[in-house]
Amino acid sequence: MATQHSRAAARLMISPAVLLLLGWMIIPLSMTLYFSFLRYNLLIPGMEEWTGWTNYEFFLTDPAFFAALTNTLLLVGGVLLITIIGGVLLALLLDQPFWGQGIVRILVIAPFFVMPTVSALVWKNMFMNPVNGLFAYFAKFLGLQPFDFLSHAPLFSIILIVAWQWLPFATLILLTALQSLDSEQLEAAEMDGANFLNRFVFIMVPHLARSITVVILIQTIFLLSVFAEILVTTNGGPGYASTNLTYLIYAQSLLQFDVGGGSAGGVVAIILANIVAIFLMRMIGKNLEA
Amino acid sequence: MGQITLNQITKSFGDVQVIPPLDLQIDDGEFVVFVGPSGCGKSTLLRLIAGLEDVSSGDINIDGRNATEVPPAKRGLAMVFQSYALYPHMSVRKNIAFPLRMAGIDKAAQDAKVAAAAKVLNLTDYLDRRPGQLSGGQRQRVAIGRAIVREPAAFLFDEPLSNLDAALRVNMRLEISELHQSLKTTMIYVTHDQVEAMTMADKIVVLHAGRIEQVGSPLELYHTPRNKFVAGFIGSPKMNFLSGRFATEFDAATIGVRPEHLTVSHSDGKWVGKVAVSEHLGSDTFLYVDMDGVDEPVTVRSTGEIGFRHGDTVHLTPTADKIHRFDNQDLRIA
Repeated sequence: MATQHSRAAARLMISPAVLLLLGWMIIPLSMTLYFSFLRYNLLIPGMEEWTGWTNYEFFLTDPAFFAALTNTLLLVGGVLLITIIGGVLLALLLDQPFWGQGIVRILVIAPFFVMPTVSALVWKNMFMNPVNGLFAYFAKFLGLQPFDFLSHAPLFSIILIVAWQWLPFATLILLTALQSLDSEQLEAAEMDGANFLNRFVFIMVPHLARSITVVILIQTIFLLSVFAEILVTTNGGPGYASTNLTYLIYAQSLLQFDVGGGSAGGVVAIILANIVAIFLMRMIGKNLEA
Repeated sequence: MGQITLNQITKSFGDVQVIPPLDLQIDDGEFVVFVGPSGCGKSTLLRLIAGLEDVSSGDINIDGRNATEVPPAKRGLAMVFQSYALYPHMSVRKNIAFPLRMAGIDKAAQDAKVAAAAKVLNLTDYLDRRPGQLSGGQRQRVAIGRAIVREPAAFLFDEPLSNLDAALRVNMRLEISELHQSLKTTMIYVTHDQVEAMTMADKIVVLHAGRIEQVGSPLELYHTPRNKFVAGFIGSPKMNFLSGRFATEFDAATIGVRPEHLTVSHSDGKWVGKVAVSEHLGSDTFLYVDMDGVDEPVTVRSTGEIGFRHGDTVHLTPTADKIHRFDNQDLRIA
């Protein structure tokens, strides 16, 4: 008696939730699409008019767009590189039995709980500040000229800050993956004559492949939209040196009051994010198959 | 070559000594089975020989060379693990070739050895599959294949059949015995199953709480167990132990009689009891007989079908020269 009736009832009952979710996504998306075809400036309200593809033309030919695109990719790639390599090494280290393991593990995870604005400000004012920062003290202690991170290597500094935040996440996922590796496999490899490096390359890395894939996918989603760290440290500067796509869209809509241009940028960002997603799934998606 | 000598080795984990000083000699080409109840230290002993655990004191000699400090890979031993420990992301071919690859042997020689091992183990058709696509018995054979290609001085098996179903276990038991016949390499085999020990071993080492209780051929252990523990552990169903008035008659603290050495009768016999349960297996019938003054029911094995039921009164007679006598230290009285 299940089947037909219960299926119809089930559809009926989940439909409000589905409709709500659909609206939640469709309305902002269609409004963004609509605005992107308008000349819409917050300084001259009530004067919106249809302009066709002009906003897109301006956004895509703006030199800032290419700078932002490169920065976005460098930021995502750099943070992924640091967190994956660092995460694997930290996980290997934390997997060893040692005294105070529980406390150390909690400490390692701690940065993940610090909100992005706070951690970025701590880095900016307490570490990277060329006068009062810890790094400046070190430099002076060694007799070197303090390095002004945020003005001379702004993108690298932001990569560092964001990587520090995401390293615990990668470490945590990779540590649990490492712990699920059958110890008899490692012992068998040891008996087979594999030294530590061989065991790492032939046994551990393949075992970690799936978790690394998960880390890459999840982090990419969040790293494409890094914003707070840039806002509180460099404001995208100097020039466009640390502006990513998200920050460029913000600057376009809310600093230049050009809602139309910002919306066009948003649509471009959505398309680019999907392109990245397709590439990622192509490259590493097969790792997720059982 | 595969001669292994253990000289006064001990193993402690923290304050707990799991292996008290122990000596053992394993000759070249022997099939030695370590058997004992779980937690008796048999797997630990095997891991000490393999080098996966460090001995706390004592020496391990392999082929006359002191191997105590030699790392596992350099001891020339190959191990088959209980979980098989196959590398899940590699094909069967790569699994079997892994030790050769680690030894830096060239590709052509690797392929030849893998092909030879696969032929011996009937794995030729499965070489390109992953371990996940194989049945339990096939995985077991891959694990053995990975051991064979190394041409080790000795094979170490750590309860290799315990994850297989009963029918497959009998098959693999035969295959491993045949493998030993054809390779003539020393094999050390750990199991808790005394049937595996009895059927496969040249020499059985019975372990109990880390100590060696007795070393000997299967039939030696069956006929002349050194003490009550060995007597109870070897043989299935297990030996009946009787004490009190039954034992004093034979000048012993305890006597042991195997179920197959008791004859049952309706009318007359040495001892009297009531049938509690009778199990009919077709070829054999096992009777569990409650007797006054004996705590556990006495097991009797009779051939064929006999018509005893629950509650019947039976008379039991032990075969006179098959009675094992033990003193109050549980040691055998000759």
